[in-house]
Amino acid sequence: MDNTLHSSSSNGPVDPAVAGLMEGEQTFETVSERLASIVLRQDKHKLPWWIMLGIGFVLYNLLGIALTKLLLYGVGIWGIDEPVGWGWAIINFVWWIGIGHAGTLISAFLLLMRQNWRNSINRFAEAMTIFAVLCAGIYPVFHTGRPWCAYWLFPYPNILGMWPGWRSPLLWDVFAVSTYASVSILFWLIGLIPDFATLRDRAENVVVKKTYGILSLGWRGAAEHWQRYETASLILAGISTPLVLSVHSIISFDFSIGIVPGWHTAISPPYFVAGALYAGFAMVIILAVPLRKWYHLEDYITPKHMDWCAKLMLTSGLVVLYGYMSECFFSYLSGNHIEIRMMELRQFGPYGTAYWFLILCNGVIPQLLWIPKVRYHNGMLFFISVVISIGMWLERYVIVVVSLTRDFLPSSWGYFSPTIWDILMYAGTIGQFIFLFFMFVRVMPMINIFEMRELVHKTHGHVHSSAEDHSAGTPVSLPAQPAE
Amino acid sequence: MSRIYGLVAEFDTAEALLRGAEAAREAGYRRVEAYSPFPVHGMAEVLEHDDPRLPWVVFIMGVIGCATGFGLESWTAVINYPFNIGGKPTFSWPNFIPVAYELTILFSAWTAGLAMLVLNGLPRYHHSIFNTPRFERASSDLFFLCIEARDAKYDSEETAQFLENLGAQLVSEVEK
Repeated sequence: MDNTLHSSSSNGPVDPAVAGLMEGEQTFETVSERLASIVLRQDKHKLPWWIMLGIGFVLYNLLGIALTKLLLYGVGIWGIDEPVGWGWAIINFVWWIGIGHAGTLISAFLLLMRQNWRNSINRFAEAMTIFAVLCAGIYPVFHTGRPWCAYWLFPYPNILGMWPGWRSPLLWDVFAVSTYASVSILFWLIGLIPDFATLRDRAENVVVKKTYGILSLGWRGAAEHWQRYETASLILAGISTPLVLSVHSIISFDFSIGIVPGWHTAISPPYFVAGALYAGFAMVIILAVPLRKWYHLEDYITPKHMDWCAKLMLTSGLVVLYGYMSECFFSYLSGNHIEIRMMELRQFGPYGTAYWFLILCNGVIPQLLWIPKVRYHNGMLFFISVVISIGMWLERYVIVVVSLTRDFLPSSWGYFSPTIWDILMYAGTIGQFIFLFFMFVRVMPMINIFEMRELVHKTHGHVHSSAEDHSAGTPVSLPAQPAE
Repeated sequence: MSRIYGLVAEFDTAEALLRGAEAAREAGYRRVEAYSPFPVHGMAEVLEHDDPRLPWVVFIMGVIGCATGFGLESWTAVINYPFNIGGKPTFSWPNFIPVAYELTILFSAWTAGLAMLVLNGLPRYHHSIFNTPRFERASSDLFFLCIEARDAKYDSEETAQFLENLGAQLVSEVEK
């Protein structure tokens, strides 16, 4: 393993790369205690947790109702019809998958870039990814109309002698999304193993201890194990980064395979990926703002983390804005009157309000993030992130609905409006997300504990090495004062 | 003798553990293992844990995944069930790339995760090192260095003295 970055930090002053990533007087013990106790001491979960779980639970039940109705009556209960066959199911699918992408980017890409600040946010961002993908997966499966036949999407030897159509991006999507879901879960669980060991060792209740003991797979922190563990993490990060890019690129191919005006620009794959990250960072901030307040995690998720998330969000937002502009440009450049008319109708047609509202949400309001004060203001960050989430939903709405209602022949034009079942199902997946997320917060450490210990080591390394000579025999909870 | 797993020294910093491991290697001990609450960088080099197998296993499985995807697509589309879709050639290989790519990732990622566990001998129900006093803090704030009894140079008194001289807070003989 590469140790060039870390070996120098043990004696010199605090590495500037890790400065400001942790606040307060922190030792290995305080970090382990604070983060593990959120899981082990159930009284840490106060009224906000119950309120959020309650909201999630109620909405989750709406999902159950919506899906039951759907199974009984079929997809006709949705607003989909000719010419809009995709409707909210595909809009929400793309929206949820996109939200997941920021979690993978934080856990994988920032690990490759050796960005230490990811350590405070990667665990719950990965959880966010998994739950978002679970929400996303529901839509295409039920949109098939016969979800009990969904396994037909996979290649298996069957009595019909048929195989899936390998030339269709819709099938690529099956492989991309299922690979993405399974690799995300794997990456998350591998990351949890040493933390489960910490919970096992700190638990007092026998049942809790045994449960985390089983989950930790007998982890004992041996140097030999850590070496392979870090190699495997790095490999997983290296594999996940192109994976996340491929998933949303393939989703953009789903659009481009349909010969529909407005779904063809070559900018689509990177623009879809940037949009995914944009929505994803917004969701990370939406989750981080209340979590750090309710669980008093301000020492670990510092203003610096929020600032950097906001900067990444702004950056991906600018790429998205560039995508909007180049879409307009390419439709006029194409010289194809149907493409040009589609773009005019997108802006000034029956859905023009949605288009300009999306420009306001994704293009205009987020420019506030240029102001440092806004990036350090939790309320503003939360507000802007919610606005971006709405904007990203509208973006998919505009892409799907305008193109489908305004294709080549005016005789096949139509108008789309959702039904109550579209809305209930959307609310239901939001409920599923909230419910699963707050259950996760209760049973698993939401911040990576061992990486935070490593951060303590890097931040206070010089304190420990100089204090160690005369403190042998005393407990390790040294005050974090410089010993010079 | 056979009832003893080894001698375990307890340290309170990662630096002390690293120095202890270095000293033990220099003193000629070979069956040495360090236990820490987070990866201590440089430890793998000191203890010569340089197992090169994991990346290779992952690479090979990635190639197998790619071949599986591409082979399955080609065989089904060309040989097993050739089907004319839009006049495209049956062997339209550029269309086969995405699935082959995803299967490469699927195979190599799961191999990375599972091979890490298998090579580490995990999951494992119990290990003698857990008999060490205060070892439950090895996952929070204490660092342990173990010289195993099967080391050729192991001697319960000399080795214990050696570990104490390293500045260990506590040296204990651990049973199997």
